[in-house]
Amino acid sequence: MTQPLIQLRALTRRFETGGGWFTPARSMTAVRAVDLAIARGEVVGVVGESGCGKSTLARLVLRLIEPTSGQILLDGTDLTALPRAALRAARRRMAMVFQDPYSSLDPRYTVADVLAEPFVVQRRPMDKGAAEAMLADVGLPASVAASHPHQLSGGQRQRVGIARALALRPDFIVLDEPTASLDVSIQAQIIELLSGLRDRLGLTYLFISHDLGLVRYFCDRIVVMYLGAVVEVLPRPDAAPRHPYTQALMQSNLSPDPSRRRAIAPLAGEIPSPFSLPPGCAFAGRCPRASDRCRTERPALETAEHPVACFHPI
Amino acid sequence: MSALLQLSGVSVAIGKAHLLEGIDLALDRGQILGLVGESGSGKSLTAMAAMGLLPLIGGRVTAGEVRFDGTDLSTLGEAGRRHLRGRRIGFVTQNPMTALDPVQRIGAQIDVVSRLHLGLDKAAARARTLDLMAQLRIPEAAAVAEAWPHQLSGGMKQRIVIAMALAGDPDLIIADEPTTALDVTVQAQILQILAGLVRDRGLALMLITHDMGVVAQLCDRVAVLYAGRLAEERAVGPIFAAPAHPYTRALTLCIPREGMARGSLHGIPGAVPSAAAYPAGCRFHPRCARADATCRATVPALSALPDGGLVACHHAEPGAP
Repeated sequence: MTQPLIQLRALTRRFETGGGWFTPARSMTAVRAVDLAIARGEVVGVVGESGCGKSTLARLVLRLIEPTSGQILLDGTDLTALPRAALRAARRRMAMVFQDPYSSLDPRYTVADVLAEPFVVQRRPMDKGAAEAMLADVGLPASVAASHPHQLSGGQRQRVGIARALALRPDFIVLDEPTASLDVSIQAQIIELLSGLRDRLGLTYLFISHDLGLVRYFCDRIVVMYLGAVVEVLPRPDAAPRHPYTQALMQSNLSPDPSRRRAIAPLAGEIPSPFSLPPGCAFAGRCPRASDRCRTERPALETAEHPVACFHPI
Repeated sequence: MSALLQLSGVSVAIGKAHLLEGIDLALDRGQILGLVGESGSGKSLTAMAAMGLLPLIGGRVTAGEVRFDGTDLSTLGEAGRRHLRGRRIGFVTQNPMTALDPVQRIGAQIDVVSRLHLGLDKAAARARTLDLMAQLRIPEAAAVAEAWPHQLSGGMKQRIVIAMALAGDPDLIIADEPTTALDVTVQAQILQILAGLVRDRGLALMLITHDMGVVAQLCDRVAVLYAGRLAEERAVGPIFAAPAHPYTRALTLCIPREGMARGSLHGIPGAVPSAAAYPAGCRFHPRCARADATCRATVPALSALPDGGLVACHHAEPGAP
């Protein structure tokens, strides 16, 4: 088997809060022992609700935050073991597109400055005319280079964010909810742009989203997270869910087709606090299939073609 | 017979900016009307006009009239309009985090609505509050009533905001993106509650949303707004099955559907113009594949469709089912 481009091994991140005079120390595991291999050219989606750890995972993969334990391998090289200079070199091959194009661009920079920054950081020469070519790649006219972010629409700003991510011709891009703050009309433009760029430049994506419909449309494989842990990996975007939580997510996704109306059957209950997780399966309190075993023992993610972490899979 | 809420040719301006033009809408008891369109299309402003809230943001109705239960809102003073809001019209905002007073306990915030609008005494108001909370399936209502807003989750806070909207026993609820800030599984809970209120109490619900999935699953009628004008108003079935306006069609093609092949999603090129840069003629023409010289020069009038809907387009599709 060929070596995956990205490999995560038991990647874990814990956060501690409090511990001052007045607040007791508490800790939560935002990402718990995630194993994941991403092949070159693949689009892997990570889906889950707020607090499931998907954004923490996105930042861990690029080592923007440090893991508590575990490894991140890029082409077989462990990023967690690299010293600063070598990490910077490795980061040339990786980039990130952020959720909010309003806050991820410096308001004082022109678009040309934004696009030049990766070259400055990486101490690489920037060709004359490179900015125009980068803008053309994301469907923006060259005239945008002189604009400041506030002069652009949300969709244009996110295109600038994508152009910046592409600046050093990375192999791998983490897309953290890149369309969550955009109108659906603009979301569709951005998704098609990303799709075309992947085909043309041979990119590999890790696509983080709360929108299962969008993830199933765009991704080859889908990782479902709940409270810091992977509960299921759908091997194909149209695979039937095996975990009750994935099934609930799918049923909560409302079809834009009035001829296929069905009763909305919401999950009971709310996501438990990550600071006081139940001892067994984190989903047991909301799960219609939960048994006594689920409440006392935590199911592990099995290694199979369609892995699921559940004692009573569908 | 006139509808519970009727907007006839309503135009709205703030200062010199003419933001809404000729909006026609009707909503009756037991009905859910969806208001859709991209950001900047005028959805929230339409809701403000329907509640007589325009003076609050320095806006005014420049033409047409808003009638609630037969009464023209412009004939009411501010006191009369304030009585209408709360007592007959409840409002649910997008962000429950900002709709609640952070330094007042949950129960007191709901109590005050029925004390003010229904004249209940303290005990009766609290009994009503707890009853409403139970109806909205808030567990341990008595304990939650003593809690502070920051102690509740987003979904729970949104239920509290809905309880406040219901406390005056209104006939109409206007909900502006009530689930946009919530997770999908919680969104499903809130939508089920809202739909149940319409079904069981015969409430009228105006639902502002950008989510065509919510519209398709919940609404009876749909009004599509674009750049401050009504593009199309239809029953929910035909608006998805046979949209008459190219903008409506484009909006429905933006959402990935089950089994759609990658590459078949279509965005809408360009963006909604700002009010200062509205183009002449049909405001959608710069983004429309069908636009011709007529569209660039002449504003399309609203015309009736055979199924009772309305469309404003020079090249409308027949809209046959």
